[in-house]
Amino acid sequence: MAFEKMELNEVEVWDGNFAAAQAMRQVQIDVVSAYPITPSTPIVEGYAKFLADGYIEGEFMMVESEHAAMSGCIGAAAAGGRVATATSSQGLALMAETLYQASGMRLPIVLNIVNRALAAPLNVNGDHSDMYMVRDSGWIQFDAYNPQEVYDLNLIAFKVAEDHDVRLPAVVNQDGFMTSHTASNVRPLSDDEAYNFVGEFKPMNDMLDLDNPVTHGVQTEEDWHFEHKARQHNDLMTKVFPKIQEAFDAFEKLTGRRYNMVEKYLLDDAEVAVVAMGTSVETAVEVARELREEGIKAGVIGIRVFRPWPFEYIAEAIKGLKAIGTLDRSSPNGALGALYNEFAGVLVNSDQKTVLTNYVYGLGGRDLTKAHLREIFKELKANADAGKPTTELQQLIGVRGPKLAYL
Amino acid sequence: MADNTMGWDEFEIGAMLRSFDGPISDVALKPQEERNYSQNNSFTASVADWRIEKPIYNKDYCIDCQFCWIYCPDISIISRDKKMIGVDYDHCKGCGICVEVCPTNPKSLLMYPEQEDEEAAIAAWPEKEEKEK
Repeated sequence: MAFEKMELNEVEVWDGNFAAAQAMRQVQIDVVSAYPITPSTPIVEGYAKFLADGYIEGEFMMVESEHAAMSGCIGAAAAGGRVATATSSQGLALMAETLYQASGMRLPIVLNIVNRALAAPLNVNGDHSDMYMVRDSGWIQFDAYNPQEVYDLNLIAFKVAEDHDVRLPAVVNQDGFMTSHTASNVRPLSDDEAYNFVGEFKPMNDMLDLDNPVTHGVQTEEDWHFEHKARQHNDLMTKVFPKIQEAFDAFEKLTGRRYNMVEKYLLDDAEVAVVAMGTSVETAVEVARELREEGIKAGVIGIRVFRPWPFEYIAEAIKGLKAIGTLDRSSPNGALGALYNEFAGVLVNSDQKTVLTNYVYGLGGRDLTKAHLREIFKELKANADAGKPTTELQQLIGVRGPKLAYL
Repeated sequence: MADNTMGWDEFEIGAMLRSFDGPISDVALKPQEERNYSQNNSFTASVADWRIEKPIYNKDYCIDCQFCWIYCPDISIISRDKKMIGVDYDHCKGCGICVEVCPTNPKSLLMYPEQEDEEAAIAAWPEKEEKEK
């Protein structure tokens, strides 16, 4: 079967979903097994159209649920193919069991998660509760803040996940609607450049190698389970970052676009900074720039790689900061936010004294406005000046009714 | 099972085991005992310890029709050169399908409690059943 190449403009106008679908087309996936769900639907819809129009040589499996979608990906990946899918929210929740299977079986599947709130109440808009839900599932997690990054990080995700020293599945997160449905300028690579960047898929322990039969998905009890999990954890802790760095470097060489485990904006001389993911990063950078004109040395830390957690990169990024506010776009439901706890883990053994506070925002697609961020930066400045929290450790922002703040 | 002194860094990644030691090409043409099964393969392990009833084989009535061999869902009927040899008790789960499909009269395979003595069972094997005319 032959497939046609697509002529792309130097600058295309794509939303995040179409950017993901285009990247998936260019890397010539063998199997996409999918059960579409808002707001990620156009990714697999777009991919299916490319396939129907003769731009892809591969299989598209329409299955009966997200559990089956990831199960299909696992089977195809174990068989020895390049595999990807997409989902959101409730669909990701239904996939949860199979996500652990995929990573434990060391299958390099790429999953586009278009981040969306988790019911109840039912909600189709963007927050990070689905991303947070699967953060311990053993997948590599990248976070894109706009459609260009969705495209770029998809290519990078395939390259890293499929590396034989890594062999772990990877998620590319993007904000539901704010990224997935908002068209913006994207500079794609040509089909050949994109494919060559990721490279030909190299199978490993594949079931279709009939001369070397393997059993995938075996059972181990107290005798072996721990060793397998330990190996997976070790590889996430030690092998993944060097490979991501290699991919980031190669991508920069090819495109001029630079990615980092932790994105630092205006941090060099910053006194105060917020930590964010997704589209909020760009809003925060804009506000930080404005506040600098008013004399507040504000900066922004964007998490580009959420798993494995870039502990040492964070430790380096926060040097000199007097106050940090972590912005968690997911209800911690009875705790401080995940980013707060992760940053506290970095700070607790460092020499510097940094006031750390937590903001929960944007649930179910609630806007994070520039006014909110101005207020946050000003509170952080007060914390920095006082050398201690001047607010409760955790505040909910942008919610109607009496102020909610804890600890 | 694998050597239980092996550390986490001494085996291949993934929840994956190899069925054979080294590559195979003509394995389908070889009888099981000549195949290079790995120690991780179920063939080298007893996986039948929860069986409560077992089939006992009586060669006196067997016509080597191979029905049991064909129907056994666990490859637990041992047959060589189309001659029935016996039952692989390390893999037989005691489902009774072999007995069900056995066409001889009396049957050449019958189900007995797991602790039944084979010789005693064969000595007390049922007589040929006369069909009503």
